[in-house]
Amino acid sequence: MEKRNIPFNKFYKRFNIMSLFLILFSLILLTFKGLNYGVDFKGGTLIELRTLDNTLNISDLRKSFSKLNLGDVTVKEFGKENDYVIKFEKKQSIEENFIENIKIELSNDIGNIFEFRRVESVGPKVSDELLKSGIIAIVLSLGAMLIYIWIRFEWQFSLGAITAVFHDVVITLGFFSLLNFEINLSIVAAVLTIVGYSMNDTVVIFDRVRENLKKYSDIKIFEITNISINETLSRTIITSVTTLLALLSIFIFGGAILKGFSFAMILGVIVGTYSSIYIANPILVRLNVSQKTILKEEKV
Amino acid sequence: MLYFSKLKIISVLIFTLIISFFTISNFINIDNKLFNRNINLGLDLQGGSYLLLEIDNKPVVIQKLQNKLSSLKKFFADKDIRSTNFKIIDDEKISFVIDEDSLDKVLSLLTDKESEINPYFQRFKTHEFDVKETKVLSSTNITLEFSDYGLVQLKSSSQNQAIEIVRRRVDEIGTNEPNILKRGNDRILVELPGLENPDRIKSLLGKTANLTFRFVTLNEEESFGTEKLLYEDGSEAIISKRIILSGDNLVDAQPRMDNQSNQTVVTFTLDRVGAKKFARATSSGVGKRLAIILDGKIISAPNIVEPIVGGAGQITGDFTFQSATDLALLLRSGALPAPMKIIEERTVGPGLGQDSINAGILSLIIGFALVVLFMIVKYKIFGLIANVTLITNLLLLIGILTLFEATLTLPGIAGIILTVGMAVDANVLIYERIKEEIKSESNKIVAFDSGYVKSKTTILDANITTLIAALILFILGSGPVKGFALTLGVGILTTLFSVYFIARLFTALYVIKNKDKEKLI
Repeated sequence: MEKRNIPFNKFYKRFNIMSLFLILFSLILLTFKGLNYGVDFKGGTLIELRTLDNTLNISDLRKSFSKLNLGDVTVKEFGKENDYVIKFEKKQSIEENFIENIKIELSNDIGNIFEFRRVESVGPKVSDELLKSGIIAIVLSLGAMLIYIWIRFEWQFSLGAITAVFHDVVITLGFFSLLNFEINLSIVAAVLTIVGYSMNDTVVIFDRVRENLKKYSDIKIFEITNISINETLSRTIITSVTTLLALLSIFIFGGAILKGFSFAMILGVIVGTYSSIYIANPILVRLNVSQKTILKEEKV
Repeated sequence: MLYFSKLKIISVLIFTLIISFFTISNFINIDNKLFNRNINLGLDLQGGSYLLLEIDNKPVVIQKLQNKLSSLKKFFADKDIRSTNFKIIDDEKISFVIDEDSLDKVLSLLTDKESEINPYFQRFKTHEFDVKETKVLSSTNITLEFSDYGLVQLKSSSQNQAIEIVRRRVDEIGTNEPNILKRGNDRILVELPGLENPDRIKSLLGKTANLTFRFVTLNEEESFGTEKLLYEDGSEAIISKRIILSGDNLVDAQPRMDNQSNQTVVTFTLDRVGAKKFARATSSGVGKRLAIILDGKIISAPNIVEPIVGGAGQITGDFTFQSATDLALLLRSGALPAPMKIIEERTVGPGLGQDSINAGILSLIIGFALVVLFMIVKYKIFGLIANVTLITNLLLLIGILTLFEATLTLPGIAGIILTVGMAVDANVLIYERIKEEIKSESNKIVAFDSGYVKSKTTILDANITTLIAALILFILGSGPVKGFALTLGVGILTTLFSVYFIARLFTALYVIKNKDKEKLI
């Protein structure tokens, strides 16, 4: 087999500028447009409803729900035909029987031709707590990874890996903001998994960089990173492909509830794979990592 | 790395077989408690309701302060200490005024570790109440406020009472295997698997069920004071604040059809004390109207025709059979110490649950098939070994979840599928390394060996990072998301086991047999 040698390092600068723009763009989006929080984080009520009557359409449902005086109501199709998701913010606390009342009024209005498949009601206090614990989870996992990487590698590598992961989280969230993608609890799980995956990918390349730094004392880091990326490239591709295959399967066949989660993961895997090549490595180059860097650490 | 001792092979095999057995035990029935284990399905898969209730402790705090205020008054009077101007401020503090010269004595009575009136909690190193004094001219103003731990104590005691009542109410309805747990010190989590419609249970849990019998008064100059209360239909009546009898004295309550009036009523039986009180009140009150009040609303206020001495009676009202049944249930199970609110509800119908299971299994099968196919195309015979590893991995993963009777949720299934996708990573890392080693090493066995050795730290590093993410998610996540973290985390462990014990064993056997083949991998 011939030795693969794709000059990844030629494009370091260009892609870094692109990433910088993407991060900036994402931060602007996140600051000014914000994220579209779902019921979990904003509070309110979500009802997944299946109608048993094919003639009933979405505007009928909208009309019925707007009569119920629930404030801002959104009605959307959800997965299959005849399935709808209705969301509204209820300002007061949840009364014990307000779901029951909705059912009664709805069947008076359009007839008893629906089935409530799922109801989620989250009070304002709980949603605040969920949001807080979601943010804590993401920050904590970034912190824990930083510590782990710090112990295992030199600080230059930790900085590279953490920057790459930070890049992934910001860009993924920016993308969600751009697409007005709904953020719920499972998205936090997806983001954390992305953090793990991206770190995983970066660590594999970094391990090779260290090994090559020891092996070749006369090659500059600029070249070393490129050699290492090429040597680990087939693994990077294969693992991304198998992971994406699994995720695509969830996305297509896993039902409407897992759609958001798997979409977020797919996005994250792609961004994570990119960043471990084009964010993590250029930082090593910029920090002028050399054989001395790792040897110094080992002497101490 | 390619050498395996016989003992190791056997123990790996036995371990794998035992764990895999538990996977299979999900699908068959075994008459043995030890072996008949099943994965629990989360509420999102089997359908059911998740309710988070929050206790509003404010009324309890006010009640406690009022009680403390009267006992303080009595306490100081007994000790001949002049104390005046007792009042409760902002529903959270007691304040009163004492003479300056008795300050030292009062403070020592209130802040001594042996204090009778302000108990000291050894465990928390704090009193029930924090004491503050401020000088006002020649007297001193003392304020008592619940200390942090005093408040914790109060909250957890009302939580303990409330959870007991909640348990009784849920049991009375008779849902299968409810799960009732404390959350924090003022919340109660109720999980009701398989419950299709939680509306009834919600309305039952939302009621404090504070029942009192009090006279309706016509003149407003009652010595206990009076208040205006409403009937269900909105009309009002003036009710004495004197409580004749409360729900605490009830020992039983049942819905019944009254033969004479053809109405649904709730009959009740009183304990001895209650029967005596009730007899006395109804004897002296013949001709008066006795209001039956539930949670501040008048159910009915019948005329007392004759004294009721038998310790049993009935509540009439505008009942349907259902509402009478519910009222009887509430009265039997007792009153909550404080009102509760439902602050989070998640209900999944059985139809959606089954759909989610089907979708989850379908995507697992397809995802699995795609990965398996890809590996065979890419690595041929070693792809096959990786796939055998993958199957073992799945058997181990599900087996371990079954062994610990863990709860499988829809995101949990997603975690399993993701594990399938990421599990091959370790084998890929090894194989790619071996491919490199083979270029510079003519001895195939040595090449394979160093492939395994050199990829080891990378594989560990890579998996530990994902494990960290899973661990944090497991600790901080809630409900279904916790299920995802669980399968992802356990998946990493089973992956490492199956890669280093199962796959390596097969690889070793194959390589030793075919070491002279030209193109081995």
